[in-house]
Amino acid sequence: MTKTNQESKILTGKDYWLKKLKNAFRVITSDKIGLIGFFLLLIIIVISLLAPYVFPLDTRSDPTKIFQPPSEDHLLGTDHMGRDIWAQIANGGRNLLLLAVITAVISILIGIVLGTISPLIGGKFDEVLLFLADVWLTIPRFPLLVVLSGFFRLSSLVLALILAILSWAGLYRNIRSEVLSLKERDYLEAAEMLDLSMFHLIFKEITPNMMSFISLNFTLMMRHAIYAQVGLFFLGLLPMEVNWGVMLNIAWAQGAIYHPDATMFILAPAMAISLLILSLVWINRALENLFNPALRTDKSD
Amino acid sequence: MPSNPVDIYINQMIAQYGMSMSEARARASALYALDLDAPLIQQYFSYMSRMIRGDMGQSIRSPGVRVSWIILARLPWTLFTVGTGLILSCLIGVFLGTISAFRRDKWYEPIITGTSSIISAIPDFLIGIFLIIIFGIITWFGRSEPLIPIHSMRGTSTPGMSWDDGIFYLWDILVHGFLPITTYALAQIGMWVLLMKGSTTSTLNKDYVRLAEARGLKNSKIMSRYVSRNALLPIATEFAMRMGFILGGSLIIEQLFVYEGLGLELLNAVHNRDYPVMQGIFLVITSCIVFANLFAELLYGILDPRTRIRRSGSNDQN
Repeated sequence: MTKTNQESKILTGKDYWLKKLKNAFRVITSDKIGLIGFFLLLIIIVISLLAPYVFPLDTRSDPTKIFQPPSEDHLLGTDHMGRDIWAQIANGGRNLLLLAVITAVISILIGIVLGTISPLIGGKFDEVLLFLADVWLTIPRFPLLVVLSGFFRLSSLVLALILAILSWAGLYRNIRSEVLSLKERDYLEAAEMLDLSMFHLIFKEITPNMMSFISLNFTLMMRHAIYAQVGLFFLGLLPMEVNWGVMLNIAWAQGAIYHPDATMFILAPAMAISLLILSLVWINRALENLFNPALRTDKSD
Repeated sequence: MPSNPVDIYINQMIAQYGMSMSEARARASALYALDLDAPLIQQYFSYMSRMIRGDMGQSIRSPGVRVSWIILARLPWTLFTVGTGLILSCLIGVFLGTISAFRRDKWYEPIITGTSSIISAIPDFLIGIFLIIIFGIITWFGRSEPLIPIHSMRGTSTPGMSWDDGIFYLWDILVHGFLPITTYALAQIGMWVLLMKGSTTSTLNKDYVRLAEARGLKNSKIMSRYVSRNALLPIATEFAMRMGFILGGSLIIEQLFVYEGLGLELLNAVHNRDYPVMQGIFLVITSCIVFANLFAELLYGILDPRTRIRRSGSNDQN
């Protein structure tokens, strides 16, 4: 650490950032699995964005083409109404991803605000909030979601909000302990002595210094959000739309699994979801390696 | 709550049988054992006092059936499948994790770690679907039938069989539980491998292990007395915590295999707006988690003497 600090004093401005960038690039490319995960996610995002123009959904059903095996016309075969499965796969990731990102953003925001305010204020407020978080963590999340979605017609945005609120406790505890370790640093004491506002403390002083930690939690939250969404869609508890979870639900309900030619109908969305989550896991791992050199497996530095 | 089943019942009585409002309410309150005229807070306290005495009320969908009967009938199946899956995955995972921590230079180490990280990432119900497709649908090697007769393996046991059939019933239960148990085990095994590998590796780097090696202790003694005891600490805590989620994590998988456990019952209750059953199951799931957390804390105190609070006032050890 001390060595790099000395070097950074010698290198000025542009050179310093160039070196840092090169270093980051080296670490990223050295982690092959992380790179694969990154490209996997990129491919999924690109396909999801282009799909409405390149692979439009079949809007009409065609009774003559029910449950066809993969062919040249239909890369992954057709579903129970004779519609192309590949088009559904290509279009089915967009909403899942969008919702996962929204959920992650909201929950991280809640986590940052509560997790930084609570140790900064300290005292009874901190104790009570910590106790509430402990109680909250004992609530089984997925069964509660099932019960909630049984009663309310959850639209996508409401679902994202509920998912974010439900997972506040874990994030709050993580961020709180991180802030506690940052709290004793000089720059925070200086900022407090300058009597800067709470908003300034949280978003200008603390958050930028936890960016690595936050980005790790971001991918983790996206994973949880995708799991919960797909689970609810699979159980048929959310409004129908075209996405991978709904495809699983329909394929299951239509008995595609017992139809030898239609295995693709259920296998394709299952694979797509697995690939999406795997890419997030691998990116998460690469980020961990990037930000936490002690964990790096290669002992080159 | 929206679509209150008591209101629906009252409306139905009025519309279908031409009852007056008070008649319908009296009938509903007799059927559901509720005092509808009491203030809400009083109803709540009477509910709570009955709950403390273990009386969870009656099912709304099938009046007269006690919620506790339903839960008692479903609970053993969920405990059996999820518990067996948890124990199996923990044993195999700890074994594989220890191997991969000690043999980091062998060819199979990256295979174990890589497979574990992939498997632990895939959602459990997708693992179930993959299992069904691989073993129950696709016909391998030109055989005319898939490896496992998936159609006859739904549910908890073959209808009509009971404990009177003795050993055959036991075998039947095992066959029916095979796929759910495998799914639970596979879904968690990767996590155990990675956790065990991580904790063993970090223990191996500790000073006291180095010192034990330097003192020339036998490898087996170092393993049993110095490494494994410390490496198993996080495993024990995690196991105790997971025990709490034994009941909550089974919803989708029970739906997938039509396994009539607690999770499937909760789903049915949600679909039928059966509030007392939902409340009861939810209460059981949550209290299971609370007790497991308590157990984990106590267990940690027993296993790791360093965390115990000393009464003698000498705080130098902490």
